[in-house]
Amino acid sequence: MLSKKVVLTFPQPLLDKAIVYRLIKDYNLIFNILQARITPDEEGVMILEIRGKREDYKAGVDYLRETGVKVRPLNESIFWRESECTHCGLCTDVCPTQALTLERPEMRVRFEKKRCIACELCISLCPVRAIERRVNKKRKSDEDI
Amino acid sequence: MKTIREINEKIKQGKAVVVNAEEIIDIVEQKGIKRSAEEVDVVTTGTFAPMCSSGVFLNLKQPKPKIKIQRVWLNNIEAYAGLAAADFYLGATQLPEEDPLNKVHPGRFVYGGGHLIEDLVAGKEVELRAIAYGTDCYPRRELRQKVRLKRDFNDAILLNPRNCYQNYNAAVNLSSKIIYTYMGMLKPNLGNITYCSAGQLSPLLNDPFCRTIGLGTRIFLGGGIGYVLGKGTQSRAEVRRRKGVPVVPGLTLSVKGDLKQMDRYWLRGLSFLGYGASLMVGIGIPIPIIDEEMLRYTTIRDRDIYVQVIDYSRDYPYGEEKVLAEVNYQQLKSGKVRLGGKEIPAVPLSSYFRAKEIAEILKKWISQGKFFLTEAVETGV
Repeated sequence: MLSKKVVLTFPQPLLDKAIVYRLIKDYNLIFNILQARITPDEEGVMILEIRGKREDYKAGVDYLRETGVKVRPLNESIFWRESECTHCGLCTDVCPTQALTLERPEMRVRFEKKRCIACELCISLCPVRAIERRVNKKRKSDEDI
Repeated sequence: MKTIREINEKIKQGKAVVVNAEEIIDIVEQKGIKRSAEEVDVVTTGTFAPMCSSGVFLNLKQPKPKIKIQRVWLNNIEAYAGLAAADFYLGATQLPEEDPLNKVHPGRFVYGGGHLIEDLVAGKEVELRAIAYGTDCYPRRELRQKVRLKRDFNDAILLNPRNCYQNYNAAVNLSSKIIYTYMGMLKPNLGNITYCSAGQLSPLLNDPFCRTIGLGTRIFLGGGIGYVLGKGTQSRAEVRRRKGVPVVPGLTLSVKGDLKQMDRYWLRGLSFLGYGASLMVGIGIPIPIIDEEMLRYTTIRDRDIYVQVIDYSRDYPYGEEKVLAEVNYQQLKSGKVRLGGKEIPAVPLSSYFRAKEIAEILKKWISQGKFFLTEAVETGV
């Protein structure tokens, strides 16, 4: 069983097609939608966490690519710059997965990277810009995802 | 009864007993008011929060030939120059000329006066541009120069007309769409409640009638030493109280200090989504325990400090504030408050964690004999 986070980009002509459900139906994969949006360029962007057998996963990704969906690994992560943080706590309000929390009774901000799904809601809300998006280094090529 | 002079004598001898406004609560619980008032000399308080009514008076070292500055920009942010030749005032909420503001809503306000103040304090180089019409005594008409705080300015005085609110509102949104305010992002239909106070550590809640705080009180300001200049703008003494504590914003202070001594750790530029730029200011005020009454004030607890809940979608903007409810800081700090029949997340804008750090620093300064108390010349409300 493997588990991977991937970013799917749906070009405009694919927007009204039902596609990802087939990962479940035909490829026996389980997925969790971490983020889904339509960009101003009218592309669809979806971040999925996909789980399943290695061969099913590979076949599922091949299927997505054949239909025209761009698939790339989620290689961006959220970085909390602790030294810049004022521990006000405002960010904890928008974090959907409680990766950012206030430790009580100290009222100190804590970031648990494992829980973060890189939704980026905290980035523009942090008044001192202590949270950044960073591209992860050392990733295998797209083909290996 | 103790006088401030007697307390200073103890500080000098290294014998002063100094505790923070959180510790005093337990001490009094164990020892009682009378004994604690005899033993404790100073209670330290702190707050680290957005304080928009802040700014810096700067005095530029004159270039050759000299200039009588008519208009001036630093990193493209305009400062007010309607003063003597080389003096200008840079406000914390001022935005650069090219800022897109809220044209694409919500605006991000990435850089403003507060950030510029932070950059100056951090010793960063900033771009100064000034224009003038030229006079016989000040012939220069234009100036472009990279400047640094300590190298290029004779003086830099942080001078804030309104800081250190005694209490504040708690903000909610009764409308059906997200709103962006100086109280943060408020989610629709009572989706969250935001608040901004250090509660039991907050300076003016530990001396609610300003018996000891007034013009001349020496304080911790932005990591350096500052002074209280008296009441701030919008300071209100005749207000609704609960157990003697204002339920409304209440008193404010005007403060000043030498920016060159300060530290960017305690003066931070802020960007409020959809609202604007500001400055987060660290302030700590020592409360001399001159008698039992003063001690009693410093034992205030979060559970006894109530705050009014105000709707910022309609009531606040249209000046028709109605008190929707009253909640206390113990409830708010727990992270959840029951309102309108449901439990809603409570979110702070003020850093309690860092407010306590200020109270601790001030405690250390006094205990080590580096900081002495002053007698204010104008006290009371």
